Amino acid sequence: MSDTRLSTRYTEYHPRWYRSRVSTWWWLTRWPYLKFILREISSVFVAWFVVVLLLQIRALSRGPDAYARFQHWLQNPLVLWLNLITLFFVVFHAITWFNLAPSAMAVRFRGKRVPDLFIVGANFAAWVAVSLVVAWFLVRR
Amino acid sequence: MPETISLEVLRYSPETDAEPSFQRYDVPLRKDWVVLDALNYIKDKVDGSLTFRWSCRMGICGSCGMMVNGEPKLTCATFLSNYARDAAPVRVQPLRYFPVIRDLVVEVTDFMTKLQSVKPWLIRGEEKPTSEGEYLQTPDQLDRYKQFSMCINCMLCYAACPVYGLDPVFIGPAAIALAQRYNMDSRDEGAHERMDVLAQHEGIWGCTFVGECTQVCPKHVDPAGAIQQYKLTATIERFKSFLLPRGAK
Repeated sequence: MSDTRLSTRYTEYHPRWYRSRVSTWWWLTRWPYLKFILREISSVFVAWFVVVLLLQIRALSRGPDAYARFQHWLQNPLVLWLNLITLFFVVFHAITWFNLAPSAMAVRFRGKRVPDLFIVGANFAAWVAVSLVVAWFLVRR
Repeated sequence: MPETISLEVLRYSPETDAEPSFQRYDVPLRKDWVVLDALNYIKDKVDGSLTFRWSCRMGICGSCGMMVNGEPKLTCATFLSNYARDAAPVRVQPLRYFPVIRDLVVEVTDFMTKLQSVKPWLIRGEEKPTSEGEYLQTPDQLDRYKQFSMCINCMLCYAACPVYGLDPVFIGPAAIALAQRYNMDSRDEGAHERMDVLAQHEGIWGCTFVGECTQVCPKHVDPAGAIQQYKLTATIERFKSFLLPRGAK
């Protein structure tokens, strides 16, 4: 079997050439690059919300006192700010990700590719529907 | 409209220059002139030493890709009049992330080698004799890969891809899109052979979905889409190889 490992290959006998280094700040040069980096960073904040959820479940399992302490901790201005920033990033992540969905999903129906708008729309619709169900559980007494 | 427009062209001579520098040229500004026309004007009338690649001047050959004001563009399809309102000169540089051989000419061996590694041709398990005729295909089957077949190997997508810039081992957008062009062709039976190359870390998994390759593609190929779709295919195949007995794959 031939060697399939990828490498970088240039012509062997070339004159002196010029190569420029990629700046560490390449992601600040264009808005799409910055948007990409923000989307990547958002994963840290998504992880933070997971940690908060786990802490909440732990407090819940330890009884009303522990839960009250957890709620008090949530009211700490620092935590409040962090969670506000996290909410922004989670929403940013969701919106940018849903908008990218059509290029990752080539859905075909009756021999034709389903238009991008349909796939984006379906994702957002599912998001709204799930949010409504969750909201319904939260507000009903 | 002003009568002339200024260009700042990156010049580099490997014999004399330690590093490239910009040279300014004033060229007539005509409504129907593209950046490539300006470069040809400079070469013909002003400075015959200016070196650049071009051939068809109609967006088919894919040789005249350069950075125009920092964006990867086919210079044969980039009109000067779009920049006429800017006070600053139009900056023309060689395609980003490739070694520069001279002026606007870059070294493309790396891309050519990577393109070959994905075997961008029809692979058959067994060739049928010519007497049995062509391998037929329905319009629906053609439609599945047609978009990816529009690639002209201009490498603008490589110049837009920060992953390729940071790690040139990455196979890159066009090579994957062209691999998909054949993988999705109903006449092809080589998907398995291509997977050995594509499913590596520096293959599809190197892509972090910046998505700029698709934005700059002059032929609307959507390499970013091809890569993400192939990630799904590769994942399914990997699970299959774990779960299914050998014979059922």
